Amino acid sequence: MAPTPNWLRRRAPRPEAASDPLWVVCPDCNDRIYKKDLADRLYVCPKCGHHFRLGSLERIAMLADGDFNELGANLVTGDPLRWVDRISYPQKTANDRAKSGMLESVVVGICAIASVRVGLGVMDFSFRGGTMGSVVGEKIAMLLEECGRQRLPAVLICASGGARMEEGMIALMQMAKTSLAVQRLGALGLPLVTVLTDPTTGGVSASFAFQADVIIAESGAAIGFAGRRVIDQTIRQKLPEGFQSAEFLLEHGQVDMVVRRTELKSCLGNVLRMLQAKAVPA
Amino acid sequence: MNVILELEKPLLELEAKIEDLKKFHGSQRVDLSSQIRELEEKALQLKAEIFGSLTPWQRVHLARHPKRPLALDYIAQLDDFIELHGDRAFRDDPSIVAGLGRLGDIPICVIGEQKGRDTKENLYRNFGMPHPEGYRKAQRIMRMAEKFRRPLVTFIDTPGAYPGIGAEERGQSEAIATSLLTLAGLRTPVIVNVTGEGGSGGALAIGLGDHIIMLQHSIYSVASPEPAASILWRDASKADEAAARLRLTSDDLFEFGIVDEVIEEPLGGAQRDPDTVIAKVLAADRRAIERLSRLNADDLLDRRYEKYRKIGSHTELVDDRAAR
Repeated sequence: MAPTPNWLRRRAPRPEAASDPLWVVCPDCNDRIYKKDLADRLYVCPKCGHHFRLGSLERIAMLADGDFNELGANLVTGDPLRWVDRISYPQKTANDRAKSGMLESVVVGICAIASVRVGLGVMDFSFRGGTMGSVVGEKIAMLLEECGRQRLPAVLICASGGARMEEGMIALMQMAKTSLAVQRLGALGLPLVTVLTDPTTGGVSASFAFQADVIIAESGAAIGFAGRRVIDQTIRQKLPEGFQSAEFLLEHGQVDMVVRRTELKSCLGNVLRMLQAKAVPA
Repeated sequence: MNVILELEKPLLELEAKIEDLKKFHGSQRVDLSSQIRELEEKALQLKAEIFGSLTPWQRVHLARHPKRPLALDYIAQLDDFIELHGDRAFRDDPSIVAGLGRLGDIPICVIGEQKGRDTKENLYRNFGMPHPEGYRKAQRIMRMAEKFRRPLVTFIDTPGAYPGIGAEERGQSEAIATSLLTLAGLRTPVIVNVTGEGGSGGALAIGLGDHIIMLQHSIYSVASPEPAASILWRDASKADEAAARLRLTSDDLFEFGIVDEVIEEPLGGAQRDPDTVIAKVLAADRRAIERLSRLNADDLLDRRYEKYRKIGSHTELVDDRAAR
């Protein structure tokens, strides 16, 4: 893994999710993995290749060449519905901030990936399940607008359970807001590449995730519109093997390629360079 | 069971009794006018009692009332309509109706989500839950609206896009995403009518537009209350609680600036006087078209961008992250 860039060191360290400080167990093959090894291997199980979920900061450290110029770093959500269920929505987001070390479920900024300057947005499932509310909509729009000003391609790494229920219709409208921003970027002739990681569902998959010029799925990711639980409850029949997996989507013509995490950075570099290649004047 | 049907039962019974009395009054030459007047007053009072203060959950059921005007009822009142079928790739999805029409002397393109009125119709219309091919049919009509420079008018009435195996295999996400992208750049006015139930991305897929009209007793929600409850609390039976929290009524959405115009319904709901409601909706569509048609396409797109750009609720955290 690349050395930690300066911008990352400013953050609160990511608290360890599991109780064991040294070892983690792979959910696929049950192998015990030394944590330090796992980080070095980009959180891919050395035995079976299972891709662990990655936070925004680890993902940026893995993809960005050097510095990362973050946009909207201090944006936090309001509470437009004054939502309370078991606890209030502000309490839920406060808990998630403490747990994840993140202010929201997306980080956006300008950086270089394999020497190509891009606008990069990375979602984080550990904050409210990567759900899209006001801040995600705002930051994605900010990023795509900045890409337009600087004439940069955009890369969005998706990981989301969909629209955030606690922001109601205001969350749903972020699908419209981000779609408009994607449309403007495209009208400027600038490319959008999305990477669908585990999981990419709901309002995010039904907006910018599937609006890209090139759609890359990370190996093993679950990708779909409706969650398995909702489909189960609706149709009440057994779902086919590998349903909604990255490989399933490739087979059904929904994504351009399935890429292993270890190859993602070089793959993005190649795709971006190819998209930016200028036609030779006749 | 639709809770509104239960709720309005005594009212309907009373109204049937009044009808009977009126018939008797006319045929038997017995003067029953005072009794009729008395019962009519009672009916009015009962109606105000039942519909004056509905809970959000009851409003969800009112929006799903089987007698409520559906997309095709509005379309039937256009001055002309030719239905167009199919996505040219897989099949025709009956849960979305689309075509060319005329509103007065204005040629328009129309897309509507169509529920059924009874079980048989609902099976055919898939309860108004479109598959990807439905959205792809809608995209054809959107592009046609731009090509032939006519406004697009849509009618939203769906619990959501269909969650099933085939829908996923054929790219439900992509179908909705591409509908949104198409509407985002469509160089012609887009008028959206929320006439019944607006559920999630499946509704928004034909709902990104320049002027959003909502019927007073329709609902529009980030997810239908049942799946919302299942997402929030893993318990779809708490749908009434979700309905109460999601702020899905026309008042709420007007307040949030998501809806531009609310059209009042008669006491008890649109099904009690469908003709008047349909006429009011179409008149509002016409006014919006006339207003928006004065803008050139670039200004229209800028206006559309700004309209959605400002929807959101966020603030800058004042202290630095390192301080936390």
